[in-house]
Amino acid sequence: MDIPYTVEIRRDTGLTNGKIGIWLFLASEVMLFGALFASYILIRTGAPSWPRGDTILNVPLATFNTIVLISSSVTMVMAWASLMRGRFGTFRMYMGATVLLGFVFLVVKYFEYSHKFHDGLFPSTNNFLAIYFTLTGLHMLHVIGGMAVNAYFWGPGAKLWKTNPVWFTNRVENSGLFWHFVDLVWIFLFPTLYLL
Amino acid sequence: MTSDHAADIDRHVRIYITVFVALMVLTIVTVAVSYLHLPVPMAVTVALLVATVKGSLVACYFMHLISEKKLIYAVLLLTVVFFAALLALPVVTHSSGYWIHE
Repeated sequence: MDIPYTVEIRRDTGLTNGKIGIWLFLASEVMLFGALFASYILIRTGAPSWPRGDTILNVPLATFNTIVLISSSVTMVMAWASLMRGRFGTFRMYMGATVLLGFVFLVVKYFEYSHKFHDGLFPSTNNFLAIYFTLTGLHMLHVIGGMAVNAYFWGPGAKLWKTNPVWFTNRVENSGLFWHFVDLVWIFLFPTLYLL
Repeated sequence: MTSDHAADIDRHVRIYITVFVALMVLTIVTVAVSYLHLPVPMAVTVALLVATVKGSLVACYFMHLISEKKLIYAVLLLTVVFFAALLALPVVTHSSGYWIHE
């Protein structure tokens, strides 16, 4: 049986099923990160003293990563726009760039983490590092997940373009929504953890 | 694909580039403000304000929330209410006297 409402709009929702599905999932993601942000506020306000992020963490590296992630959001939306214009070659280029920028983000994060471990700074060291590793670790898992889906649409998943281009475009739009959400979370994580 | 549709996408692309530039500028602003070493309440306010503007730009334009269907707005409204309740929990904990001082 075919999956219903992948291309045509469902009359009662005014949306494709994939679109409403990804937004409901993102709503649950807001609550997941929200719980951790609330924990952060509770731990920080309850602590007798709290270090400024930049005394422990590397701000230039994180600024670079912010720029990388925002750029990847732009290449993602351009990948979708390319499909809307019917330009598959351009889509491949932008989608490839999105995956590559995600990879750059991970490499920078690897250097940040290994530098901390080298200095003997672990999640168990103090509350600041515990919440730092939890929030950035969970975010990093999201980056890896988003990259996996995007890489699939760049590679084998792109076969759908030939048989059902509208469905493929919708899929790319939905994976884009997830990717932009990952960017959005980082936009809040960066100042919260590194700059305050 | 009609030419109207193509023109629409071209307009979208121009908006994406503008938003990208705005996000870059705001990232520089966030980092620059942190070097001013403002008092903590002020620093938190400014940082969260800039982050909210950046987040809204991403949500409105990259995620197309500026022109979405009603059902998605309804889902997000509910999410915002619960998210606010979640963030209010630490505040309530403080003011209700349940906070335990050692």
